[in-house]
Amino acid sequence: MDIKIQAKHLNLFYGTKHALKDVDLDIKKNAITAFIGPSGCGKSTFLKTLNRMNDYVKNVKITGEVTLDKENIYDSRVDTTILRKKVGMVFQQPNPFPMSIYDNVAYGPRIHGIKNKKQLDDIVERSLKAAALYDEVADRLHTSALGLSGGQQQRLCIARCLAVEPEVILLDEPTSALDPISTLKIEELLMELKQKYTIAIVTHNMQQASRIADYTAFFLVGEMVEYGKTNDVFSMPKDKRTEDYITGRFG
Amino acid sequence: MRKQFDNELNKLNKDLIEMGHLVETAIENMIDSFKHQDKALAKEIIANDRIINDKERSIESRAFRLILTQQPIATDLRNVTTALKIVTDLERIGDQAADIADILLHFDGEHLYRTVEHIPKIAKKAKIMVHEAIDAFIQKDLATAKIVIEMDDEIDRLFQEVKQEVVEILQENREKADYCIDFLMIAKYLEKIGDHAVNICEWLEFNRTGTLNEQRLI
Repeated sequence: MDIKIQAKHLNLFYGTKHALKDVDLDIKKNAITAFIGPSGCGKSTFLKTLNRMNDYVKNVKITGEVTLDKENIYDSRVDTTILRKKVGMVFQQPNPFPMSIYDNVAYGPRIHGIKNKKQLDDIVERSLKAAALYDEVADRLHTSALGLSGGQQQRLCIARCLAVEPEVILLDEPTSALDPISTLKIEELLMELKQKYTIAIVTHNMQQASRIADYTAFFLVGEMVEYGKTNDVFSMPKDKRTEDYITGRFG
Repeated sequence: MRKQFDNELNKLNKDLIEMGHLVETAIENMIDSFKHQDKALAKEIIANDRIINDKERSIESRAFRLILTQQPIATDLRNVTTALKIVTDLERIGDQAADIADILLHFDGEHLYRTVEHIPKIAKKAKIMVHEAIDAFIQKDLATAKIVIEMDDEIDRLFQEVKQEVVEILQENREKADYCIDFLMIAKYLEKIGDHAVNICEWLEFNRTGTLNEQRLI
């Protein structure tokens, strides 16, 4: 299977804190890769290095390399706006903008210069459909996004991410604030979306990782301890630390 | 962490060991009853089979509850699923010991244990296989399990020997046809007991490796 993103000898320091330790990891194209591990293990930090969200953190120092289609994303010539268009992100708390559903989804395309109404209408409809939200909001596209339920808001955020036609979607605990039904809807959606996109997800929910991820990486105090096919990691982990964590013996 | 879960897993394992001992006792009693034509002991084996069956149900119930409430994964999942598989084999061994006891109960007249030369041998082999299989399971000992699996050919060969002898007896004494059929059934039950001991060892292999007969199951 093709590799979409590759981390090579990736180290990250927050000041003197060594938050990622020499991480090597390949993220496969059109697959879901889950990052699991106890709080503070570095999994979210790692996720954020994949579209340079850590650039905004003070005193951060990164060594090593992250490549997207074999191009180093930390090269000084890389335009991070274009990078983040290609590598979109969805966060733990649904964070719709305080504007209409339509404007939320059209926001990105407008920033990237699309002004034609018909074209924007098409993008909004297509993105909402791809995020499995269209049928629920088709008759109220111009009402406030803040009136949607938590699960709908999160799917709106995914639609907003899809509207700029990314290649990779990063999700940082996207369902931890959602009820079980909304969670299952997002999981089903991600399984659909992987046909077209490469997906990386941080999750605290072990069952979620085992349900939806093709590959799983286990992080512990900044180290990537084990990485493999999800079925292997959850049935016959190679490292005792992985076994202890996933079976709830520590963490 | 997960103290409650670990306690439950320990109880599950303890139940399995207890069931193993019940089954071993059933086989030992069956051989004693056979050797000494002890019909009271044969009755006891049949009565005690109900205890083995009850144990199977209680282990299944505990395992189902663990799956429902704890969603075990990795080694935990293999421990729970192995328990579910092994109880079936243990229960079948108990049934077959009781089936033999039932035949013994209805024997009359001749002392039969040594009439067919290979009957004591196949009985001994079955007893060893069950004992070693249970021991391997308790100790999580793959080397012993492998030895038991290899014994399967020997017990199959012993069954063929018994069959040959029975045919010879039948050819010489047609009036012994009923006995001969009983012999053959006893030998078949003993051979099946060996098969179940092999199954237990194969599930132990799955328990340790996730693999059964070189096929990755999980």
